[in-house]
Amino acid sequence: MKPANLANQSSSWFGAEGPACDIVISSRVRLARNLAGFEFLPCLTPQRKQEILDKLNTVILSLDLGDKVFFIDVDHAAALERQLLAERHLISRQHAVGKGPRGVVIAAGEAFTAMINEEDHLRMQVYAAGMNLEQCWQRISRIDDEIEKRVEYAFDSQLGYLTACPTNLGTGIRVSVMLHLPALKLTGQIEKFVTAAKDADLAVRGLFGEGTDAIGDFYQLSNQVTLGVREEQVVEELSKNIVPRIVEYEKAARQALLEEKVHSLDDKIQRALGVLRSACLISSQESLYLLSSVRLGVNLGRVPNVSLATVNELFLVTQPAHLQIRAGKMLDADQRDALRAQVIRQKLANN
Amino acid sequence: MLCQICKDNTATIHLTEIEHGRRTETHLCQQCAQKQGLAVQAQIPLNELLNNLLAAAKSVPDAKDKAVGFSGPDVPCPACGITLRQFSETSLLGCPNDYQHFHKELLPLIERSHAGHSQHCGKTPSHAGKQQKNEVELANLRRRLEQAVKAEDYETAAQLRDQIRQLNETR
Repeated sequence: MKPANLANQSSSWFGAEGPACDIVISSRVRLARNLAGFEFLPCLTPQRKQEILDKLNTVILSLDLGDKVFFIDVDHAAALERQLLAERHLISRQHAVGKGPRGVVIAAGEAFTAMINEEDHLRMQVYAAGMNLEQCWQRISRIDDEIEKRVEYAFDSQLGYLTACPTNLGTGIRVSVMLHLPALKLTGQIEKFVTAAKDADLAVRGLFGEGTDAIGDFYQLSNQVTLGVREEQVVEELSKNIVPRIVEYEKAARQALLEEKVHSLDDKIQRALGVLRSACLISSQESLYLLSSVRLGVNLGRVPNVSLATVNELFLVTQPAHLQIRAGKMLDADQRDALRAQVIRQKLANN
Repeated sequence: MLCQICKDNTATIHLTEIEHGRRTETHLCQQCAQKQGLAVQAQIPLNELLNNLLAAAKSVPDAKDKAVGFSGPDVPCPACGITLRQFSETSLLGCPNDYQHFHKELLPLIERSHAGHSQHCGKTPSHAGKQQKNEVELANLRRRLEQAVKAEDYETAAQLRDQIRQLNETR
């Protein structure tokens, strides 16, 4: 399997199905682990990194992870391929630009990935479409058990699983959901959501783009505390307590828009669709903004001829590395904007 | 709402000031707010906390009072050779042994990052507990071996290699 083959399709976890998928795009659980008897990444020689890579790679590939399991040697992959993997959230940006022997195992239609030699020796994650954190946790915990039978993890009875950064100590778990919250944004309530999340010791980040900027109203919400709290507690707090409440707020905000501002709502959606269907040049920022409005419109039944799957797919395939791999060559910003506009026009015309 | 200063980004920081009974509102984006000195602390400032600890350590010798921060010199971990200063630059530790070696210094940081917790609960590996005592020694020997090879001191390197082999056999 070559990474380039991924460029034209949607990820299984970025789907149009799954509980509350109009608001919760996907669920993810990540575990950070390190091997006993090895230094952490900053102090490893390339030889020792290679040793870890070979060891973990062999162990993970020996597990039953379903069909279509493949390993990518990130260190020797082309820059564009590495960027593609990062755009699909299969590896982190840090892993894409890192140095030395490192790789990733991808399985289950991109729903399982294991980064080797990122910040920790092993960072594996399980994705699911929609609100499905419990399922993610159960799957990753089983895989973790299988790996643990074959290697010895660095573990301390007081501090739990030992990680390179003390902020991941303990369970090494990061539980996150990706949320689409356009109505909270439109009704000026997004700050309340961000403040409430931070009060609950949760981190809020943007899903697309760099840093904390949430372009296109996509937010990633995740736990910060990993020590002193059981994994199930973290999963339950998010899946039973916090996310359902946010979903309710977003729904109420959508309902309020429909009841009180239906014309300006329709105007926003239809203008977005109009620009996307006719633009000849479009930047990735602008397309994210506009696709966000269209996604809201589709979910509210205001855009009858476009499917949610199409809109979701466009978010992925209009990213820079995706476009360049589709074109089969490097493109400058203008060429990318032209190809992006073309891809969007075609996709939205077919529907 | 756009930022009042750059008129470009969305305003996310809304400041209400009341002076002499008059109310003024200011709406800024994150970047402009920072330029105005209105820092917004989003995440736990790990680096900052560490630098404070190190600064406290620095000031200790003059004060003749060793009660503040961590005292004494920044002794490198015997296994990986990393110092607290190096850790403060990257927020990343060098090896599992650092958690023992820098236990006292790291504990306040760990508690702050984890809502006051310092005891793990949750999954535990089935073969936890029979931790290798030789790990630190091995890491130390490996590091010295590497240095010896670099310095082309092959006599020492050969000795170190034999010691490593011996330790590995007793594992």
